[in-house]
Amino acid sequence: MVSFIGRRLCQALFVLLIISVVSFVIQDNLGDPVRQMVGQSVSLQERAALQQELGLNDPLLQQYGRFLMGALQGDLGMSYYYKQPTLDVIVSRLPATLELSFCALLLVIILATPLGVIAAIHPKSLLSRAVLFISTLGLSIPIFIVAVFLMYFFAIEWRVLPSFGRGETTSFLGLWQTGLFNKDGLRHLLLPSFSLAFVLTPIFIRLIRAEMQDVLQSDFIRYAWSKGISAPRIYFLHALKNTMLPVITVGGIQAGTLVAYTILTESIFQWPGMGLLFMEAVTRVDVPLISAYLMVVGVIFVVTNTLVDVVYSMVNPRVRIPGYSA
Amino acid sequence: MLRCLLILLGMGFSAFSCLAADIRVAVDADPISLDPHEQLSEAGIQYSHTVFDPLVRWRQNGTLEPRLAQSWQMLDANTMRVQLRNDVQFHSGNRMTADDVLFTVARLKGSVDFKALFNVVQNVDKVDDYTVDIHTTHAYPLLLNILAYVFVMDKGFYEGKAEIVKFGQTFASSNVSGSGPFQVKERIAGQRLVLERNPNYWDQTSSGNVQRMEWLPIRSDSTRLAALLTGGVDAISPVAPIDIARVQRTPDIQLLSMTGTRIVMLQLNQSRRKELQHPKVRQAMSLAINQSLIVEKILRGYGEAAGQLSATAFAGHISDLMPQYDIEKAKQLMAEAGYQEGFRITMMAPNNRYMSDEKVAQAAAAMLEKINIKVDLKTFPKAQYFQLFDQRAADVMMLGWQSDTFDSNNIFEFTLACRDLKTGLGTYNAGEFCDPLIEQGVRLANREMQPKQRERILQGIEHHTAQEALVIPLYWQPIIWATKRSVQLEGVLNFLNFPYWGDLEVSEGIHG
Repeated sequence: MVSFIGRRLCQALFVLLIISVVSFVIQDNLGDPVRQMVGQSVSLQERAALQQELGLNDPLLQQYGRFLMGALQGDLGMSYYYKQPTLDVIVSRLPATLELSFCALLLVIILATPLGVIAAIHPKSLLSRAVLFISTLGLSIPIFIVAVFLMYFFAIEWRVLPSFGRGETTSFLGLWQTGLFNKDGLRHLLLPSFSLAFVLTPIFIRLIRAEMQDVLQSDFIRYAWSKGISAPRIYFLHALKNTMLPVITVGGIQAGTLVAYTILTESIFQWPGMGLLFMEAVTRVDVPLISAYLMVVGVIFVVTNTLVDVVYSMVNPRVRIPGYSA
Repeated sequence: MLRCLLILLGMGFSAFSCLAADIRVAVDADPISLDPHEQLSEAGIQYSHTVFDPLVRWRQNGTLEPRLAQSWQMLDANTMRVQLRNDVQFHSGNRMTADDVLFTVARLKGSVDFKALFNVVQNVDKVDDYTVDIHTTHAYPLLLNILAYVFVMDKGFYEGKAEIVKFGQTFASSNVSGSGPFQVKERIAGQRLVLERNPNYWDQTSSGNVQRMEWLPIRSDSTRLAALLTGGVDAISPVAPIDIARVQRTPDIQLLSMTGTRIVMLQLNQSRRKELQHPKVRQAMSLAINQSLIVEKILRGYGEAAGQLSATAFAGHISDLMPQYDIEKAKQLMAEAGYQEGFRITMMAPNNRYMSDEKVAQAAAAMLEKINIKVDLKTFPKAQYFQLFDQRAADVMMLGWQSDTFDSNNIFEFTLACRDLKTGLGTYNAGEFCDPLIEQGVRLANREMQPKQRERILQGIEHHTAQEALVIPLYWQPIIWATKRSVQLEGVLNFLNFPYWGDLEVSEGIHG
């Protein structure tokens, strides 16, 4: 276990190193941060002085060295726009993104599991066909169209749900501003998490259906039938349990992809999370914030994948992950 | 007020629900700091007019009205005596005196963004507690215009902690004491700014009835519009031209638009291309571009096609200088210049800086094709674009210019004058020409105190620029707001896009 975690940590560091290099190399193509922060009448001399002050004129290698030294001490620099340590800024936006992703995943599980199972048990029924048709739609329609559609009908035409923002938030244990515990916050969560879920659910429906069909053909299910075990018990206990293995793996990867999707969703719904933060940092050429965001997302990816591996081996003890022995 | 009282008596309503209106405003950019001197930007000045008060401010008709300055007179060509109000209190409780004005001007002269405007102010002397003398380095006709930027800051509150840092946290960037109609209640950078009415505001004559205001930056055009359509906010700006029809279809929403003073133009680089040195080629290009069509089709009739740089309200404006479009004459001029076969040029434009900038650039490129000029157009997000602009990376560059002094000469100084790294003149002259006539005119107009004479100089520059087709003006960008019908924004919005929120009247209590 310890060596497994250790190895993962090494991998994570390696990933972060690569991300940091990439984020540094692209910097030059993003634009001039000073330009974004001064009025039009500021002379070139003044701008050059500011660039000097920020150390933007130093050789790239020297700038990178400075960044790396800071990063090793847990300091990812100051955001130009927010004027706070970049990590603080990101952490303050993290709850919004995590809550959104959590709700979207919850919706995916609630929707995909029964629909996938039904589609596997009764592949010919009208319902299964409908489910498959809709899931094909979901796979092929880009998320911003789904989001704009949902917003148009639910917010603009019918006026039942708010169109932007997080609404009211309450403090949870003093360290987390949450929208999960009040009606206004939950109402604001609905549209963005549904649009996220709409894009992710089809993959899981199809995955569960395919796996389930496979499992239903296997010997132990036939044996269970012959033993006279009730149908719901066979479907939802024995079969489903064995279906879940690949679902967990794909789910872990998708959880990472979710971060990418939230950038779009958050921009459309003005959701004050990390994705929106990143979009705005790019337009403002807030270089330290961009680098820090990429690093944090890298960490999230590594952590979720590690968790998936651990959970996987708990669900399926037959699996041996190299270096991991419980 | 009387109406409110009647309702109060008749219905037994609480006075609060009748007087107070809470509004939420969604704009595309929020002020980057609570320090009014940190950045000279539209959002920053909008904020300053709300939380601070200037010495003088612009009326809707383009003249200046007294605010913290009660009256002013010229003692001699270089000195202006300003009488201050004696009934002004800052949010901190301190009273405003001449010392605060001295403090503020000194701070402006040290601000990276404002020093260019205030270099001309030599020093400010205190005569008594409510009188100051402003000395300029030379006779300066626009002194009053720059006093519109003197948003007086509370010396007692800021002194000793007044440094301005562009990229760091300072006392002034997160603490504020102004004298304006609103006080800052809460600010979460990039998310919201909550303002509450200043109960001790000096201007008792203001009929504004907004008690609480929330500013929300929403960058995406469609999200901002949706926020208004769903009733989540009460006023938004800007509205993308493509959405205007949608807004007009909605009965409880009104559209408010006026032509602004930002001139969008194409600059023809004469040092990169010898073809563009030829006046006939530039004239042909200018004639080939149909400004009116661009305004009608792309800006949906909002904004105003321009045949010159100075907006109508500016001193240099020439009322009969209209945009010309004549494709036959353009072809003829190309032939006369020996380029009937045309040539290839490169062009760059931003795609998220000016209203519909990318589409306008594409249209202009297509129009130039008609006279056989093949345009390789590239568009960039503004962050990258202006870096390329500084490098003069293409033969044709798009630029929009809003005059900081609300006077023609500022446009000429920055976009037409010869480039001078030390003074900053010509910083935006991507035409890279140096015209002695313009150079001389700009210098004269900066010192000429006779308005009529000055107008002649500025119009002379404008005429010369048009005749030589040194740049191709396209249009003055419109200012577009959309609000709920109850928000009477038309009374407080001006052509500079500085709504005076303190004077805003809202006809019914919205948001409770």
